[in-house]
Amino acid sequence: MTDAVTVHHAATEALSFRDHLPALQVLLPLMGAPLCFLLRKAALVSFFTVAISFACLAISLTLLGQTMGGEILIYEFGSWPRPFGIEYRVDITNSFVLVVISLVAAVVFAAGPGQARRSIPVGREYLFYSAALLCLTGLLGVTITGDVFNVFVFMEISSLSSYILIALGRERRALMAAFTYLIMGTIGATFLLIGIGLMYQMTGTLNMVDMAVRLQAVSDTRTILVAVAFVIVGISTKLAVFPLHQWLPNAYSEAPPIVSAFLAATATKVAYYLLLRFTLGLFGAALIFDQIGIDILLMPLSVLAMFVGSIAAIYQTDFKRILAYSSIAQIGYMTLGLSLATEAGVAAGLIHLFNHALMKGGLFMVAACVMWRMGSTHIDVMRGLGQRMPITMAAFVAAGLALVGVPGTAGFVSKWALVTAALENEAFFIAFLIMASSVLAVVYIWRLVEIVYFSEPETDFEVKEAPLRMLIPTWTLAGMTIWFGLFSGFSVEVAEAAAKQLFVGLAGAGA
Amino acid sequence: MDLLNHLSTHWNYLGCITLMMIGLYIAISRGNLVKKIMGVNIFQASVILLYVSMGKVKGGTAPILIDGRSDVIFSNPVPHVLMLTAIVVGVASTALGLALVVRIKEAYGTVEEDEIVALDRAEERRALATEGVESTDVQGGGGKA
Amino acid sequence: MSELTAQEETTPIKMRVRETVILRVVGKALVPFILLFALYVQFHGDYGPGGGFQAGVIFAAGLILHALIFGLDELRTAIPLVVVEIGIALGALLYGGVGVASMLLGSEFLDYGVLDGHDPAHGQHLGILLVELGVGITVTFVMVAIFYAFAGRSRQ
Repeated sequence: MTDAVTVHHAATEALSFRDHLPALQVLLPLMGAPLCFLLRKAALVSFFTVAISFACLAISLTLLGQTMGGEILIYEFGSWPRPFGIEYRVDITNSFVLVVISLVAAVVFAAGPGQARRSIPVGREYLFYSAALLCLTGLLGVTITGDVFNVFVFMEISSLSSYILIALGRERRALMAAFTYLIMGTIGATFLLIGIGLMYQMTGTLNMVDMAVRLQAVSDTRTILVAVAFVIVGISTKLAVFPLHQWLPNAYSEAPPIVSAFLAATATKVAYYLLLRFTLGLFGAALIFDQIGIDILLMPLSVLAMFVGSIAAIYQTDFKRILAYSSIAQIGYMTLGLSLATEAGVAAGLIHLFNHALMKGGLFMVAACVMWRMGSTHIDVMRGLGQRMPITMAAFVAAGLALVGVPGTAGFVSKWALVTAALENEAFFIAFLIMASSVLAVVYIWRLVEIVYFSEPETDFEVKEAPLRMLIPTWTLAGMTIWFGLFSGFSVEVAEAAAKQLFVGLAGAGA
Repeated sequence: MDLLNHLSTHWNYLGCITLMMIGLYIAISRGNLVKKIMGVNIFQASVILLYVSMGKVKGGTAPILIDGRSDVIFSNPVPHVLMLTAIVVGVASTALGLALVVRIKEAYGTVEEDEIVALDRAEERRALATEGVESTDVQGGGGKA
Repeated sequence: MSELTAQEETTPIKMRVRETVILRVVGKALVPFILLFALYVQFHGDYGPGGGFQAGVIFAAGLILHALIFGLDELRTAIPLVVVEIGIALGALLYGGVGVASMLLGSEFLDYGVLDGHDPAHGQHLGILLVELGVGITVTFVMVAIFYAFAGRSRQ
């Protein structure tokens, strides 16, 4: 027990609106999804969804403000005292991730279903919004909950709705991509479930804090070692850590670009948060790093992901596929941060989580704009788009430079943090590899820039700029990658505080 | 001998692991998409078995209060409740998976993975071919030539 | 499947089942009892084994059995897809509504105790009854919706 951490319990008598915020964070989209069924009219449902996602954003920002000073908010469902009931537990780490999710959701949902509209029967658009809200519910729920079984339930809510959204893609290949993701995702979630079951068997509790405390006494048993293996493999499947990434390129490139923008910016980020929460929070750094040595396993895998993802991206001929493969590389950077096993490393991973959500969301929104006007995202149709869609393509350049890590963009901030963390560990070779893989990012981004600005368009029909409804979200995300590159104080500060709290572990932070 | 002894007292794990391996093997090895889903189903069922057998207390009865008796041993109901949720999740993912298979069958005309991959490859090759000869009708063989 | 015989291909399954008198009679007799049993499981669920989830599945099983014997169209006219969709939403909203009501009464989400001002036990009774009802309604209609989605798709 540390004195520095104050735990704020919602008082049992007369709760104010403020006390309900952790519950409302998840309840709003959860209740919004069935309400979409009742509203039915496309325009109405669209407005309603955007309103809910903005309300979620407001709540998550308030929660971040409340937890910034190290305070922990607890919400006990049904007034069941912990550890018996389900509790939501908001600290600086998960409120930071909540902000990322709800920010991307608010911005992306505002753009509407985009090209996915063609895959939805007329008059049934509400099903799309309903699935989108459920996906948001699941992602927020996984992040906010303090109950390990709840994690599994919310993870499946988000996964099931994301399979639906991916299957809405234009080509029939989208169906196969969604199916593969479904099989991989279900097996991954079941692995997590096995791990949770074994942990429950050894501790007799499902509450994260309680479990973390009790795990310390049994951490050297074989059952817990098996549980750690199952949990890490399960989460890594959802996170698409290098050898388990097979589902990701197809899923993200065949899904409607709006859906890719949302999922690429949120789903893997939540999985990364979950990896941190389970490894550092529940098992504790001592068990994970000193006893098992996850870092020794994770580091080569991360480096491989960085190179394999980037090299594969260079050879793709579809804009969305390039982005999808680059995601695998970027996930490599994040897991590399964890594998450094230091606060600085995890902080770098969290900064990259935030920045990558912005830039990948922005880039996929650019893909959505291209798809909307050209009906395809093959790099051939992007020839000469620099002159025809200047505003969209400027956003592409901004977010693309961030992906490379050019100074002045958000990507530079996270890569700088990662390199510094590696140097702090005296891992000079790792620092070198981070820079080397950035060069590969230059290759695939520059290839696109060349096609967009320095080649003649293939077709001569008139191409207009993307509609304002899609341009504004695109530029919001692209603009933020610049903003948080220039003024990185916020993201760095929060990520460092979060990493510090994570290393204390749930067992230490409990009360 | 020690191992045999161990297994005889932990036979529930034996059943659970057997089912788990069968399910996982089917999910990985079968090319038929419906069989894949069934494999995942068996895999999930094994986890349900793991949880439910975990909650059993030797000599324990159903956890319903009996008036005037405080010496009754109850089985742990929590794993059962958890599995109720897991079953719902399993049903939902099975339904969604089968729905996708129906759509795949409609789009491809088959539910065999290797045939679908072959169809996708052929489509890609056709796209490349059309690109090469610039808008000539490849399938019809006619066109400008 | 290659085992499909020529006769099966020419006569839709629906038609062949309809001609079977035994099935029709047994089905007609069974369906009301299945629905009644579902209601028993539903309302017995707050203080004994049972509950909304099981009841919903049993209720839907009764409806689906009816559709299997007498044809999908009959069930569709009785319960159109719009009703099914609204039912799914209403059940979930009833569940959430109970939670929100307890929030408005100044306690945590789903704290049934505050639903009755005088006796928390009565509030708990009411709360669990409504929540299970919500679950039952949603599960019933979700099952029917899944059945519609699969059975309604034309065989090619």
